[in-house]
Amino acid sequence: MEARETVDAVYRAESRRVLATLIRLLGDFDRAEEALHDAFIAAVERWPRDGVPDNPRAWLVSTGRFKAIDAMRRRARFDAALGELAAQIESATSDASAWDDDTVEDDRLRLIFTCCHPALTPDAQVALTLREVCGLTTEEIAHAFLTTPSTVAQRIVRAKAKIRDARIPYQVPARADIPARLDTVLHVVYLVFNEGYSASAGESLMRHDLSGEAVRLGRLIAELLPEAEVIGLLALMLLHESRRAARTTESGELVLLDEQDRTRWNREQIAEGCALVERALTGKRFGPYTLQAAIAAVHAEAATAAATDWPQIVALYDVLMRADPSPVVELNRAAAIAMRDGPAAGLAFVDAILARGDLDEYHLAHSARADLCRRLGRLAEARVSYERALSLTKQEPERRFLERRLRALAIN
Amino acid sequence: MKYLCLIYDDEKKWETMSKAEADAYMGEYFAFTDAIKGSGHHIAGHALQPVQTATTVRSRNGKLSTTDGPFAETKEQLGGYYLIEARDLNDALQVAQRIPSVRTGSIEVRPIQEFN
Repeated sequence: MEARETVDAVYRAESRRVLATLIRLLGDFDRAEEALHDAFIAAVERWPRDGVPDNPRAWLVSTGRFKAIDAMRRRARFDAALGELAAQIESATSDASAWDDDTVEDDRLRLIFTCCHPALTPDAQVALTLREVCGLTTEEIAHAFLTTPSTVAQRIVRAKAKIRDARIPYQVPARADIPARLDTVLHVVYLVFNEGYSASAGESLMRHDLSGEAVRLGRLIAELLPEAEVIGLLALMLLHESRRAARTTESGELVLLDEQDRTRWNREQIAEGCALVERALTGKRFGPYTLQAAIAAVHAEAATAAATDWPQIVALYDVLMRADPSPVVELNRAAAIAMRDGPAAGLAFVDAILARGDLDEYHLAHSARADLCRRLGRLAEARVSYERALSLTKQEPERRFLERRLRALAIN
Repeated sequence: MKYLCLIYDDEKKWETMSKAEADAYMGEYFAFTDAIKGSGHHIAGHALQPVQTATTVRSRNGKLSTTDGPFAETKEQLGGYYLIEARDLNDALQVAQRIPSVRTGSIEVRPIQEFN
């Protein structure tokens, strides 16, 4: 009984590492998954009888490798090429140092970079990463992304086929290529985080878990590859996550930053996030994630909404505009300017952005404009903009929030 | 493993180039071809004549039709190709991103299907 519990614990802690190494040794995702499965079946049979091995991970890799080679040999009767491949794999990987601890850590990075290869579609990158790196089932992924398990399964099958057929290598990119390739990896992590973070409250626990999964993934990458932007993204996620409890009311209504009960913010996550921001900023190659995290840190450190250091936030948006210009960043900068210099100053910027037509379909641009008009007492204009925002939003809590604002206008 | 790099670009670009610009551009292509011959990637490569010279043939229900023009009318046309030998997709992409047209057009990288 005790050995069985050990197998379960080892599965939770080590199965992704073992898989990452088996993919390298066997050169194929499906073969490695089958080998992983067989290795754990063998562990369930043998560990209670023979005792738990000293190095369970190495035992599992070695057993999985052996089982895979054995299975290929048996199938070689029908497909001679498999026999040759089995012999090739056996001789190329016979040295057990091929799965010692250092190589195994590299395998986890290889797996992450392969799942997030830019030759795969973003949807496939996300599904494959959650499946292979995080170990989520296709059902769990489908549930989190509001789609069907068969759609997710199909995405994963296609991605694996492309990895095999176009020969996407199982490797960590060359030093010179890391910044560009890391962008894709961090984008996948950020997509996973956002899907969990901006999901409506109380809708389902799984989506809640998705942010946690993204934070775990961020921690893993930060540990394996401590680049400034990796640390910056982890900080950004922790700082957003720290406000989760205060972001919605008990009934799931949206609470804006300036109205949140700051005593409900998670101080532990804030402390860790702020320390990480500082660490990322000392690196030379920080970028948009670190800058966004730095902005989140300024908010996190303000005891009250009124005590927010708006000049500092505007300054950070200025840097962000140079590092990664976009209309959405410009809009956020305009909102910060409104807080620093008053609503009229902010409105001039928001109107200039809207006049260009860039964010005409973006509900938050119209609700920002509405809010500034309201503060300036230009209620008719505020109403028009709230209504435009309402017509564009697809999220239920945001819709209800805008409706409340519209009702409040009618009272005034 | 073999990969075909298909070069898509706007042919009209050539009309707006001065002779000096066109010569410099061709020079870049010659230098690139020499470089991938030196590195052992090059198997074959050709530039194609403009799409006005293209003819498309198809046969349906035993009836052959021959039409003027390319298979698909698009803003970017297939203007040439390189067939390369590469270790894997990353290696092939390293080669493809050095093809001069990558800056104005786009390069489609397709693995070659091997039949045993």
